[in-house]
Amino acid sequence: MAFILIAVLLLLMIAAAIYAVVQKDLLYAVIATGIISLVLSILFYLLQAPDVALTEAAIGVALTTIIFVITIRNTERMEDEPQNDNNIKSEVK
Amino acid sequence: MKKILVILLLAVVGFYIAGTFFDIGFGNSHFVKNDAIKPVKDTYLQQTVQELKVSNTVTSIVVNFRGFDTLGEVTVLFLSVTALGSILYKKRHHVGERSVLFSASSIVTSGSKLLFPAIVLLGTYVFIHGHLSPGGGFQGGVIIATGFLLMLLAYENYSVSHTSLAIVESLAGVTFAGVGLLGYMNGGTFLQNFLPAGTLNDLFSGGVIPIIYIAVGFKVAAELTGVIYTVLNEKGENHG
Amino acid sequence: MDNMFYQYLDYAIYSSAVLVILIGLYGALVKRSLLKIVIGLSIMEAGVNLLFVAVGYLKNGTAPIFSAKGIEMAENGIKMVDPVPQALVLTAIVIGFGVTAVALSLVIRLWRHHHTLYIDEIKNLKW
Repeated sequence: MAFILIAVLLLLMIAAAIYAVVQKDLLYAVIATGIISLVLSILFYLLQAPDVALTEAAIGVALTTIIFVITIRNTERMEDEPQNDNNIKSEVK
Repeated sequence: MKKILVILLLAVVGFYIAGTFFDIGFGNSHFVKNDAIKPVKDTYLQQTVQELKVSNTVTSIVVNFRGFDTLGEVTVLFLSVTALGSILYKKRHHVGERSVLFSASSIVTSGSKLLFPAIVLLGTYVFIHGHLSPGGGFQGGVIIATGFLLMLLAYENYSVSHTSLAIVESLAGVTFAGVGLLGYMNGGTFLQNFLPAGTLNDLFSGGVIPIIYIAVGFKVAAELTGVIYTVLNEKGENHG
Repeated sequence: MDNMFYQYLDYAIYSSAVLVILIGLYGALVKRSLLKIVIGLSIMEAGVNLLFVAVGYLKNGTAPIFSAKGIEMAENGIKMVDPVPQALVLTAIVIGFGVTAVALSLVIRLWRHHHTLYIDEIKNLKW
């Protein structure tokens, strides 16, 4: 019973990590990072470490996500390649 | 081409790291083959109950046995908050311009008005009872900062004065260093326990450990509230 | 039923923690947007903390707290989990948050100056 729970949590963590690195919309990537911290907090509790679980749940989920979201608000949201490049290639028509 | 090279390099690195940890084994009780060497955790677990009379072993390690590392960590946190404030400094400081443009709906405002005292009370409980149950200064301080974040996001004109935050933070830091210097009385060392130990599972047990953790709790709460307030006062050019 | 699968738990937790570290490192090495690099750094720190706490686990152990029930369990011969890695990881989580905060403030400052977060562009633009 405990083994099935731990296996599902580990698979969720790996899937969220891959999603956070690959996704181009940065707001979704930040929420995936919050999901990683949440699953990590549950795993710390199952490994008999309650102090570490409290700290990771408070810092990783709440504070890191809010700082990332305010940074995204003040910069750009999509991770795009720039449309125009300043090389010589564009001047040769 | 570059991505394939990176994946190959990461595979080699991961193979050797995982190989080291598979050799150690998971859940083994002996790392050393020689039975005459006593591991460090046995000494800590025994001394926590018999000499210090503190229930939470992690608290006694963080504050008493490895207390100097906690002083370094508090210093690093203070430095990072100072660096954040000085990097985001603007010459014409617009007072009153916030990233939150309007108040939230009435459900959120009335709910956060009710929840805020409960969250602050929970955080204070967690860092006062740090030596009796899981918790401590860092956990309680972060919970209080989360309560302030809730109020700052719900109301558009809620403000926390920077001067009072700075005063609380400086006083708490001075208390920590001062208690450490008081350990030099009676010929002891820095951060030595000079108050009597008391009985197990009591609120006033463990000597200086509750005093240090309460100071750390106030300091972390004031610092993180300052960080959130600084970052929320950034006025961006685009609304992304 | 639990004892049958415990031999696979060794490989499961260690390899997932190492895999998360490698995914974060890949994101920090290959991606071109500055914010994606900082996200990769944050994911790498989560993996390292999990690896540390998993080293200190003891099979059928209990949390290292001496409450009334804890003293009773210690007298019955149930061992306690290693508390030293937990104290180290507590410090590491807080310092990781400090590093992320300073990195993001640098990102905001760079955006104010260059109006782009693409590191190839920042190399090309002149002062």
